[in-house]
Amino acid sequence: MTKKFQYILDQLPYKAPFRFIDHLTHVDEEGASGTFTFSETLDFYQGHFVNHPVTPGVILTECMAQIGVVCLGLFLAASEKLSDTATVALSETNIVFHKAVFPGEKVFVASEKVYFRFGKLKCKVRMKNTKEEVVCQGTISGMLIQPDL
Amino acid sequence: MTTERIYAKLLPIIQNYLPEDVSPDEVDPDKDLTRELNINSAHLVDVVLDVEDAFDIEFANDDMESLRTVNDAIKIIQKKLNQDA
Repeated sequence: MTKKFQYILDQLPYKAPFRFIDHLTHVDEEGASGTFTFSETLDFYQGHFVNHPVTPGVILTECMAQIGVVCLGLFLAASEKLSDTATVALSETNIVFHKAVFPGEKVFVASEKVYFRFGKLKCKVRMKNTKEEVVCQGTISGMLIQPDL
Repeated sequence: MTTERIYAKLLPIIQNYLPEDVSPDEVDPDKDLTRELNINSAHLVDVVLDVEDAFDIEFANDDMESLRTVNDAIKIIQKKLNQDA
């Protein structure tokens, strides 16, 4: 399953320490799902917070955006033969947080397309932990950017 | 539909997506939606989607590309409404 979507992972413009996706488990016209494990060695845990490491909400949002919106956007761009150098720029987010994510935790992200029109991809995105609890959820939108057009 | 009636229906849609530092009073037919009213490209899509619902029309990619000012929007809406009539 993962191999089928390798071309999407290969296109992602991120790398460590700012790549928050390990596996893309599913992508179709309507949404994308994937997983990420927050390694205990990630740098930001040293400062967020002192002696009490918790994954920052902005990083959880970024993880949801990379898996749920960027991967889906690249899939949609490829399936509509728009461009193979397309990327997605974040345009707006509205996220509610329910649970903390601690160092070493694995999270599961799933998105659902609200619409994709005129290059704007709006998605409902949800993150769950290994206990199947919702960690955070909301909407994220991005604009598909095609530098070669 | 007259230009005035289209504008009256379009105005609140545009005002809804203005950034906080742009006053609703600044909207007028000659204003450029992105350059002068500072609506970003993502919100411009939202304006168009709301316009489609409000007027029961559909924008094509070409319409989106020719959309710069409030007046452009009015012309496109007028054209679409006449096509349907």
